Amino acid sequence: MTVRLPKITVWRVIFAAILLSGAYATYLRIFYGLGGSTNLSDKFPWGLWIGFDVMCGVGLAAGGFTLVAMVHIFNIKQYRPVLRPAVLTAFLGYLLVTLGLLYDVGRPDRMWHPLVMWNPHSVMFEVAWCVTLYTTVLFLEFLPIVFERFGLHKPMEWIHRISVPMMILGVLLSTLHQSSLGSLFLIVPEKLYPLWYTPILPLLFFVSAIGVGLAMTIFESWHSARAFGRALELPLLASIGRVLAVTMSVYLWIRFLDLLHRDAFGLLLRNRTETWLFLLEIALAVVPTALLYQSRIRRNPAALYFCAVMVVFSFIANRLNVGITGLEAGSGTHYIPKWSEVAVTLSLVAVGFAIFRVIGQHFPVFEAHSPQSGLSEVETKEADPLAVG
Amino acid sequence: MPKAILYDSTLCIGCRACEGACAERWGLPYNDKIAADETISAHKLTTIVTHGDHFCRRLCMNCLQPACASVCPVGALQKTALGPVVYDAAKCIGCRYCMQACPFQVPTYEWSSRLPRMRKCDMCYPRQSAGKLTACAEICPTGATFNGERDQLIAEARQRLAAKPDQYYPKIYGLSEVGGTSVFFLSAVPFEQIGLRTNLPGEPMPMLTWRVLELLPDVVSTGSVLLGGIWWITNRRAEVARKEGPRK
Repeated sequence: MTVRLPKITVWRVIFAAILLSGAYATYLRIFYGLGGSTNLSDKFPWGLWIGFDVMCGVGLAAGGFTLVAMVHIFNIKQYRPVLRPAVLTAFLGYLLVTLGLLYDVGRPDRMWHPLVMWNPHSVMFEVAWCVTLYTTVLFLEFLPIVFERFGLHKPMEWIHRISVPMMILGVLLSTLHQSSLGSLFLIVPEKLYPLWYTPILPLLFFVSAIGVGLAMTIFESWHSARAFGRALELPLLASIGRVLAVTMSVYLWIRFLDLLHRDAFGLLLRNRTETWLFLLEIALAVVPTALLYQSRIRRNPAALYFCAVMVVFSFIANRLNVGITGLEAGSGTHYIPKWSEVAVTLSLVAVGFAIFRVIGQHFPVFEAHSPQSGLSEVETKEADPLAVG
Repeated sequence: MPKAILYDSTLCIGCRACEGACAERWGLPYNDKIAADETISAHKLTTIVTHGDHFCRRLCMNCLQPACASVCPVGALQKTALGPVVYDAAKCIGCRYCMQACPFQVPTYEWSSRLPRMRKCDMCYPRQSAGKLTACAEICPTGATFNGERDQLIAEARQRLAAKPDQYYPKIYGLSEVGGTSVFFLSAVPFEQIGLRTNLPGEPMPMLTWRVLELLPDVVSTGSVLLGGIWWITNRRAEVARKEGPRK
């Protein structure tokens, strides 16, 4: 009997290297504590694992609640084909955020404490509860994919019966904790650079989460189309691109008004790192927004994908600015993540991609639901490229 | 009656006796090398900081409305009626939000421990509960660190400012900062020159997040009605379309 070794490709080598370094970083984290595995300090207690793994991770998983709201609550059925991948992304995203927190928290063995030891005045307490409940909701939203795979009709009916209140709950919980990740930083007015510190941080975090949720939907559709050799749902994605353009316009307009009302534009004249990071973040949001208003961009798969990627990068830049770089000057210190912090973060991302791929291959994630009889006509009409592109 | 500490920088001679007494109170090692390091850490909960000719002390301000206690997700930090902000290490999950939130950057962490705790001065809660002075105040040879009732210390500080206006910068640090603290500073020079933050809001920090958190029940209830209502309307529309669709 011969053992079939997996074919060696560049991506697999990179994947293995990332996981190996992640495993060694995990060893350092367990046996040498946060001091041995991070560059955190008393003056800079939160680093990459909060700034990226949690703040970006939760945001990048926002496609789940955005599309559930669009498809099931606003009843825009044309978006159905991208709903399941979005829910899967969200579910994996939240599991990885939880896994990332096990690294970051000093006493991971006590992760359950917020569930029994309450402090309703704490934003972190609210986030802990919302993330726990919403991960449960995502699990329930993901279950039908498993039931369908194994032909379990009875449990499918049970899930279906509770689905509407469950989905409403999911959207509410997401609204709460997406915005609360911004509220976390309301308590540091003297530390967070004024280009980012604003009383409306929770609102900005919520709106930008919707934007990045849509962008991630385009991103993952594009990648899964390539990975699984599917046809790209271009008219559908073009229409999401249109929603994305409007969402980002609203977001940018709120940010403009915020800076205006706080008289913060003068800060842009200072030649500081913060100024350039801010401009980078804004440019990465303005450019795709402007491009997405043109139908020829929306209907060009590569251009559409590129715009989505820019929105994702703008989002990541924003969360890192709020969570890390914008706090450096106010904290009176510099922080550059240790290699082991980067290794753990990359491992989490790599594991996310890998699990997504495996589930995408073996579960009915990409087949659209069998359309309910009467709806088909409406659907063909909606999918008309002229109507949506 | 709540207790407090008054630190008068003009009386401090930088002998660091407070550091040694504090280390002893916590059972931490103390030697010349530790004394030379003028930063607070999990191994040194108070320190004297030299600013040219002047000295300043760093210790937990034990705020009247502490940001650390408000942000702690498990309520491991509590403001006591006596004044000190105390910490229950058995509850702490190590999220370090208290460290991020503290406007004075006081809480420190046992970074190299496998089972780490947050560490900070608790204004000698056990000693003060037993009617004793804080270890730092008890040992201070010049009275620069003075421990007593908060009201009386404010009166005392005002008296000192009034008696020798030429020796003091005419303000009491800690009276209005973040809604008031349990540690007051008097100085010969403006406070930022002895390393104290002067860009702090006058209102209690917990208000900054509470203003948003208190909206939570409203958001949830309004959101449920709104989303439920939208679902009801759009679903009805789809039902109608399903029934009428084929006839068109």
